[in-house]
Amino acid sequence: MSPVAEKTAQVVPIAAEADLLRVRSALRAEAQEAGLNLTAVTKLVTAGSELARNIFRYATHGQGVARIERAEEDGRRGVRVTFEDSGPGIADLDEAMRDGYSTAGSLGLGLPGSRRLVDEFSIDSQVGRGTTVMIMQWSR
Amino acid sequence: MRMGDNLIVMLQGDLEDGTVEQVEREVTEEVARTQAKGALIDVSGLSVVDSFVARIISRIAAMIRLLGSEATIVGIQPAVALTLVELGVPLKHVATALNAEQGMARLQGRSRERA
Repeated sequence: MSPVAEKTAQVVPIAAEADLLRVRSALRAEAQEAGLNLTAVTKLVTAGSELARNIFRYATHGQGVARIERAEEDGRRGVRVTFEDSGPGIADLDEAMRDGYSTAGSLGLGLPGSRRLVDEFSIDSQVGRGTTVMIMQWSR
Repeated sequence: MRMGDNLIVMLQGDLEDGTVEQVEREVTEEVARTQAKGALIDVSGLSVVDSFVARIISRIAAMIRLLGSEATIVGIQPAVALTLVELGVPLKHVATALNAEQGMARLQGRSRERA
């Protein structure tokens, strides 16, 4: 991703339920400023909400951050969000990316659902170290 | 808010998980207490509905049905509808209507059929 130029970076800590609201509002503001259309904004904010809730629900002590950055590439603008936590990590990523897989009685749509909502998605997890999820939405 | 035999619930703004769960309890209790024939849940004021909120909405509808009443969800914003479909939230068994007027017409039609 070398041609991506960073514009701004904003870090939102995720440690409590109220932080979900902060993540959603920061994402909405950034996505609107980047010129994403309403559907793209809504999808990005929803994906962000799912991932922020994952941190708050499953990470050790429920702590992590959402790093929100603006990006530009080939004349289009986008928003990249990286969710990092130092929680227990995910042992089987393939399993976790499957619809309906849940260890917490939820719908199990958080990870696979988020991936469907954004243009780019990547996940990296190490057991005992934590999980990093990157999502990116571009203006069209 | 009540309108005839029906209960109207408006969800607005960006809601915390706890608030959504509180609404769920209150609506269920209110439907039972007032013996409302139907409940209209207006979500036109929600610009984001994630899987958690969608699950609670679907649970509210299921509980209202168990109480012998009918729930109709109205006013899902188009961008929210697109998002819910891609997210894969199962809302198949939840009755929906385009807006409050149509939702109310649906509820009233239902209660007339039963009368």
